[in-house]
Amino acid sequence: MTDLIDTNPQTRRALFRSAGVVAAGIGMAGIATPLLAGAGKTTKKSTTMSSDVSVMQGALALEHEGIAAYRIAGGSGLLSKGVLDVALVFLGHHQGHRDSLAKLIAAAGGKPVEPKTDDEYIKELNIASLKSEGDVIKFAAGLEQGATNAYVGQLAAIKDHQLAHLFGQLGTDEAVHWAILNNAAGGTIQKAAYLFG
Amino acid sequence: MTNLRQNKARTAIGAVLAGIALAFGPAHAPAQAAGNPVTGQALYQAKCGGCHSLDANRIGPAHRGVVGRRIATAPGFAYSLAIKKLPGVWTAALLDKWLQGPQKLAPGSKMFLTIPDADQRADIVAYLVANASSAPARKAK
Ligand code: HEC
Repeated sequence: MTDLIDTNPQTRRALFRSAGVVAAGIGMAGIATPLLAGAGKTTKKSTTMSSDVSVMQGALALEHEGIAAYRIAGGSGLLSKGVLDVALVFLGHHQGHRDSLAKLIAAAGGKPVEPKTDDEYIKELNIASLKSEGDVIKFAAGLEQGATNAYVGQLAAIKDHQLAHLFGQLGTDEAVHWAILNNAAGGTIQKAAYLFG
Repeated sequence: MTNLRQNKARTAIGAVLAGIALAFGPAHAPAQAAGNPVTGQALYQAKCGGCHSLDANRIGPAHRGVVGRRIATAPGFAYSLAIKKLPGVWTAALLDKWLQGPQKLAPGSKMFLTIPDADQRADIVAYLVANASSAPARKAK
């Protein structure tokens, strides 16, 4: 655990590796069961829910994009083993997020939005421009930062408290991804409070 | 000597201000403090970049040229009926209003994110204004 503190700045990879070990250890334990258990209680369709469904559809589209980005960048051959291992853990988180959102949307009577094609993602995200591991890490950090802010920035619009709780979980997962990636990329952290929102 | 330097400085500042005035165009409401497009770029990437890019439709529509563009007309983006019903063209003032609550402006829209901080909104809008030229950076792809 203490390895997570970057006492040895020239070994960013080591930081990644230790983060990976920890993440793998905790990984599967806490996947949002409480949320899905709660989903049953909120299946009542109402106008309130319909705006929440719309928020969830946007979130699901975001998760689809993140999954594709990790999958495509992960398969690019640009990532070394330690980094790839962590990327795959993050990918797994995003898949967990996708599954929760899709289930809730369906439970509320919606049709979960489908992912776009890989070609579309490659073009839209300009993935072909990534030439090095550093590029990929920075790119992923940017996506995670955007995702965190998307979750936090939409919280106020959510009507259902359980869904707001889920959005808190989703956003904080992305914030952890961002923090690890940002550190690995040698990024700075702003001095003022409130990094997101 | 000093005077000369001061004058020069003043002229330089004048030129910069004129540049900014031009960039903002004549059509924008003066009610808003002019934002800083450089800060705005970072804020845009952090807060809008999950869903938007300048040159690609993603979860939300492409933003290059949005200022001065008719609402809900980015080619190839599937907008909600709610936003398609809004008449007119995006101005800095209208964007500021949008970012305070897209659901207030277009109830039922697919965008929900709000930016409560007025200074941050001004900076983000300044960035969009700075990218108001609809000439797409095709090469940058
Ligand atoms: C969670 C995803 C998401 C985030 C984050 C987001 N938007 Fe949007 N935005 C959308 C969607 C979806 C639409 C399409 C709305 C519709 O069809 O009703 C949209 C539409 C817009 C439009 C209308 C564009 C047009 O062509 O008429 C503007 C302007 C806009 N967003 C600005 C922003 C800005 C600025 C930010 C950051 C402060 C931001 N958005 C953050 C999803 C998002």
